[in-house]
Amino acid sequence: MIRVNHIYKSFDGKEVLHDISGVFEQGKVNLIIGRSGSGKTVMLKSIVGLHPIDSGEIYYDDILFSSLEGKKRREIHKRVGMLFQGSALFDFATVEENVMFPMDMFTNMTKEEKRERVNFCLSRVNMENANTKYPAEISGGMQKRVAIARAIALNPKYFFCDEPNSGLDPQTSILIDNLIKDITEEYQMTTIVNTHDMNSVLGIGDKIMFIYDSRIWWEGAKDNILESDNEELNDFVFASKMARQAKEMIMEKRSLK
Amino acid sequence: MRKMLETLGRYVMLMRKVFTRPDKPRIFFKQTVVEMEKLGMNSISIVSIISVFIGAVIALQMAYNLENPMIPKTYVGLATRDILLLEFSSTIIALILAGKVGSNITSEIGSMRITEQIDAMEMMGVNSANYLILPKVVASVIFNPFLVVLSAVIGMIGGTIIAIITGIVTPGEYVDGIRMYFQPYYLFYSMIKMAFFSFVITTIPAFYGYYAKGGSLDVGKASTNGIVSSSVLVLALNLLLTQILLT
Ligand SMILES: Nc1ncnc2c1ncn2[C@@H]1O[C@H](COP(=O)(O)OP(=O)(O)O)[C@@H](O)[C@H]1O
Ligand SMILES: [Mg+2]
Repeated sequence: MIRVNHIYKSFDGKEVLHDISGVFEQGKVNLIIGRSGSGKTVMLKSIVGLHPIDSGEIYYDDILFSSLEGKKRREIHKRVGMLFQGSALFDFATVEENVMFPMDMFTNMTKEEKRERVNFCLSRVNMENANTKYPAEISGGMQKRVAIARAIALNPKYFFCDEPNSGLDPQTSILIDNLIKDITEEYQMTTIVNTHDMNSVLGIGDKIMFIYDSRIWWEGAKDNILESDNEELNDFVFASKMARQAKEMIMEKRSLK
Repeated sequence: MRKMLETLGRYVMLMRKVFTRPDKPRIFFKQTVVEMEKLGMNSISIVSIISVFIGAVIALQMAYNLENPMIPKTYVGLATRDILLLEFSSTIIALILAGKVGSNITSEIGSMRITEQIDAMEMMGVNSANYLILPKVVASVIFNPFLVVLSAVIGMIGGTIIAIITGIVTPGEYVDGIRMYFQPYYLFYSMIKMAFFSFVITTIPAFYGYYAKGGSLDVGKASTNGIVSSSVLVLALNLLLTQILLT
């Protein structure tokens, strides 16, 4: 579980996060949604400590993460897996070396053990037979999967994903979404996912936080979204004409029952 | 002025992150060897080419300036040797490497920064500054002084070649000059200077790369800024070191 209390964050006087408080639950996919530029990435990077926050508190379970520095902070980071928007695979390393990297740095596993774990993680994301390829030689969707394999290499307790679907076709997006949901439940991780993708919202949103105007504008689960009369939320989720029609149809069906 | 102090502060902060004990000494050692090849060995050809020309030009200049029957011809070799050792082989080579190695370092680290690879490393709990920068600094500070020796030797060969081609002095006289009054301290001095220069021309470009932001165009700009700053610093440091080491 991750808990944030009254987080504020500005860049050069421009406020991006205003009094953000909330709980992200273990074993669930916690979504942060909002339009491009609404501050999702800043929020995620603030929670993981890549951006220093102006004020507020961040708890990782019982540990006050926001007060930790240097080595102590790195100890927590070893329990964190993160999927970046552009995958952020090391381009100097092969697929196998990428997934092995955290093991090389932090474990005393033998070469055999490491290779076994790498193959397990890669098969978990359906990426067998690409071990010796370089990131530049595989597609965006494959890079995402390798990045997920790398993120789960050391069995993280906390899992962060920044726009896991950006740049992917809808079908691949759904595969990645389901993969994130499955491993979250399987390993009982606390997972936080940023997205502006409506399919993800309605697909895997166990718990959703909608950011608007630097604040938490709405909170709930995917099932509540249809009923919500929050205007900004509706404008965001049902932005396209087709989505609005779909919503109306579902609501009509429900009222007929 | 305030901005300069701020930049200096950030540089010092980065250096404090760089100069810590590596998490895995074995990996650090391996990386350092790789960097020696990438930054050092791969510079041998450019250093050689430049040194031949510099040595040849210095020899020509000396022969021209010492065209006095009172001065023995052997002085051409002697002067060429001392100028190479005292100044050119360290400073010129450092400036060349500031361009070659500097742009390599800034663009490599800068592109890792803007594609979030550095963030990814930090998120794993790796001290990215230490992991990425320290091997480059250590490799260069150890390896580059040998490039200076190489440069001096090749420079003298360049002088010999020009002596033979133009006949300004006989090769015999030239080689005698090179061996006359040789002071081993000069060699040591130029290697020490190069060690300091190497620190500058690796850490400054690394600093510009590590704090790059924006897109690939910005990494290009950072690269230019890194080269300009480190070149100016090499020249300033040269003045300081010459003052300290030769008096
Ligand atoms: N490092 C930074 N420096 C200054 N401003 C930033 C920085 N990172 C993000 N911002 C600003 O914060 C706002 C939110 O950005 P971001 O979190 O990336 O949005 P998104 O919801 O699309 O992920 C944007 O207006 C952006 O310009
Ligand atoms: Mg974003």
